[in-house]
Amino acid sequence: MEFYLVQALNGLASASSLFLVASGLSIIFGVTRIVNFAHGSFYMLGAYIAYTLVQALPTGAVGYWLAVLGAAVAVGLIGAAVELLLLRRIYRAPELFQLLATFGLVLVVADLVLLIWGPEDLLGPRAPGLRGSVMILGEPFPTYELFMIALGPLVLAGLWVLFHRTRWGTLVRAATEDREMVGALGVNEAWLFTSVFVLGSFLAGLGGAVQLPREAVNHTMDLHIIAEVFVVVVVGGMGSILGAFLAAVLISELNAFGILIFPEITLVLVFLIMAAVLIFRPWGLLGRPEGPPRTPAGEFEPPLRLLGRGFLYFCLAVLASAAVLPHLLPTYYIRIACEVLISALFATSLGFMMTVGGMASFGHAAYFGLGAYGAALAVTYAQVGTGLGLLAALGLGLAGAVLFGYFCVRLSGVYSAMLTLAFAQIVYAVLFQWYGITGGDNGLLGIWPSDWVSSPLAYYYLTLTVVAVSLFLLRRLAFAPFGYSLRAGRDSALRSEAIGIHVRRVRWVGFVIAGFFAAAAGGLFAFLKGSVFPDYSSIPVSVDSLVMVLLGGVQTLSGPIVGAGVYKVLEVFVNRYTEHWQLILGCVLVGLVILFPQGLLGYLVGRFGRSGEEWRGVDGAPAGGRAS
Amino acid sequence: MLALHEVHTHYGLAHILSGVSMEVRRGEVVALLGRNGAGKTTTLKTVMGLVTPTSGAVRLGDEEITGRPPYRIARAGVGYVPEDRRIFTELTVRENLEVGRQPPREGCPVWTEDRVFELFPALAEMRDRLGGQMSGGEQQMLTIARTLMGNPAVILLDEPSEGLAPVIVEQMARAISELKREGLTVLLSEQNLPFCSAVSDRAYIIEKGVIRYEGPMQELLARPQVLEAYLSV
Ligand SMILES: Nc1ncnc2c1ncn2[C@@H]1O[C@H](COP(=O)(O)OP(=O)(O)OP(=O)(O)O)[C@@H](O)[C@H]1O
Ligand SMILES: [Mg+2]
Repeated sequence: MEFYLVQALNGLASASSLFLVASGLSIIFGVTRIVNFAHGSFYMLGAYIAYTLVQALPTGAVGYWLAVLGAAVAVGLIGAAVELLLLRRIYRAPELFQLLATFGLVLVVADLVLLIWGPEDLLGPRAPGLRGSVMILGEPFPTYELFMIALGPLVLAGLWVLFHRTRWGTLVRAATEDREMVGALGVNEAWLFTSVFVLGSFLAGLGGAVQLPREAVNHTMDLHIIAEVFVVVVVGGMGSILGAFLAAVLISELNAFGILIFPEITLVLVFLIMAAVLIFRPWGLLGRPEGPPRTPAGEFEPPLRLLGRGFLYFCLAVLASAAVLPHLLPTYYIRIACEVLISALFATSLGFMMTVGGMASFGHAAYFGLGAYGAALAVTYAQVGTGLGLLAALGLGLAGAVLFGYFCVRLSGVYSAMLTLAFAQIVYAVLFQWYGITGGDNGLLGIWPSDWVSSPLAYYYLTLTVVAVSLFLLRRLAFAPFGYSLRAGRDSALRSEAIGIHVRRVRWVGFVIAGFFAAAAGGLFAFLKGSVFPDYSSIPVSVDSLVMVLLGGVQTLSGPIVGAGVYKVLEVFVNRYTEHWQLILGCVLVGLVILFPQGLLGYLVGRFGRSGEEWRGVDGAPAGGRAS
Repeated sequence: MLALHEVHTHYGLAHILSGVSMEVRRGEVVALLGRNGAGKTTTLKTVMGLVTPTSGAVRLGDEEITGRPPYRIARAGVGYVPEDRRIFTELTVRENLEVGRQPPREGCPVWTEDRVFELFPALAEMRDRLGGQMSGGEQQMLTIARTLMGNPAVILLDEPSEGLAPVIVEQMARAISELKREGLTVLLSEQNLPFCSAVSDRAYIIEKGVIRYEGPMQELLARPQVLEAYLSV
């Protein structure tokens, strides 16, 4: 009995820490409508800065707590800089580009942290005055955990007073409902946004700083917490602080007790709870339904165009050069060419779902990883060849997409996208934790292709064939009646329902198609590398796919291919010269979003598509050549 | 006081206002009349900076306010009462008023919570009610009251009589006359001619983004063929 009580208290302590970070994210989203991916990075920075300040300031209670507070303030200031220099420029950009920019920040911060503090875990001192433990029903319980338990509700109460008893809070709540009106009433929204962002970052920094006595500070804290925070915010309801608190308690208690029952699959439990909540309350425990997304006045999505004969010739020319290419390249480059092809398929599968279906995914790597493990598990445990291995890849990817897609299509917009990320984290955790089957972080090795495709050249042709056929199929699907239904659902769910399209089902199928082709890419990748690792379904891989799509531009179907090509080639070359690929990529992303909010190909088409002849053949139909 | 000069406004490629010029003098109540879709709301939004005109100028007193962000136009003394009211539904009546509150402005009537409650006594009885739990008429009063809390010099009213019961429309007319007595300048977009004629000094008629008529309200009422051509449906 006592043991359970202590376990419950442990859960509450973790809940507080989760709540600090989640409430910040929720507040920022409420007002700015930006899902700040870098929020986990702010949390991590809070921990690192606190660590350094504790070393620098005199020992003792005053120095220690000053360090904690100082870290939170410093992160708040970093937040201010980020808002002023970056976000302010992109509030009007499409949601996904805002995400991409904050993704960029994640990468930059991750590399900077490595540069400044190094890769080792850093152990902070314990908090002065709270070092000991107290006896609770005869069990010792750390005093610091009691402090944590109190901190959550204290912050909750403080936020309540701030939002309900001050003019600033009233303005923020008003802006959450209708920013434009608040501006028309004479309130400088820009500063309101900045201050909200500072508060949110401060809370994340505080969350990181108070973590110091609880866990070693390390450079994976950012992505680790962000997935959990997304779950908390989605379950609690975006923008609801009380909801975030309840969800944090729910999830943390679930973890605390789940670990006793199924130590290996606590995340699956979390998933089940999340699924249950979302089925009954699609906007979370205390969230409010989002209105239909408001397209800014006068902006509309240009229709996808069925491309003319010129495009067909262009594709054939590309295909022909792809077929000849390996004869001109050294073996090493053939493998890179394979990687580029696989990335193109992976990116296009995501692009299909985003462009045609209007659904974004932050977790597309889930299906890539499932595909890779499908193949690897079949090879390892059933000793199948490459053909059957690829089929197994498709099977596992399909199963995952059917299951996860069922939930994701029930939500819309950012909720759905955040859910995809949570699912990808679950896949990652299962691959990582289910040591007996998946080999944990050692992965599965020796997944080499069968004899008939064992030479690099043969494998290249296999890859080229699978990728070309898949890309062709994806294109056909986009212009088949199914594709039209999907697009109709994207443009107006209500009107599509009215003409008899079962929007949710159509979206589900679209989601599954995207997952299916991502799994194909994953399967090919497993045999190319000869091994699989949980990392294949990690957040950075999801980010890669998103970056490739957004680089190419979401308005076109062929954009992701261009994006994948540019991205992969860049990665290979930058990696050769420096170890700071992440840092450079992050900066490039941020720069690109600021300079080309339409994506590269989108920019080129917009720039030259109407007047310039040169782009007609690539993605501009001849005049009057719209899809009919 | 408030003047538009050759204002053109587009939504994307659609040309909505084609060279609108108009003037509202200090202390006047001016009506902007027109059928659905004529461009009344767009005109008011352009003045408020909620849409940016492609060319032309908007002046408040001697200051040019074209292209400024809405909050600065509001702080310069323009109050905006939107057609769809845009009450903050999760905020109470008093909190809604608080959002609108701005420091007093020289030469403009000063409004306080008590004074707006005097103007709309019905609001005083529900000061702690949530905006989302009010009737359409109550919301219309609240949205005007909220704008008044900013102590504006000019107030833009977008169809304040729309969808309201006759009794409430009468109250609105009384309130507008009261505002005029206070010295406020009012630009009123309307389709309801009787309501307008009761409160306005002058009128403009807009059709398809072009001003078709300008003159004193009484004169307009005496010209049935103009009313027939531009207003009747
Ligand atoms: N956001 C928008 N995007 C594109 N066109 C718009 C937009 N808002 C209004 N319009 C168009 O601009 C024209 C003028 O609209 P406006 O709202 O100014 O008319 P109005 O005179 O206020 O009409 P009502 O009496 O119905 O309120 C209409 O043809 C309308 O369809
Ligand atoms: Mg209107």
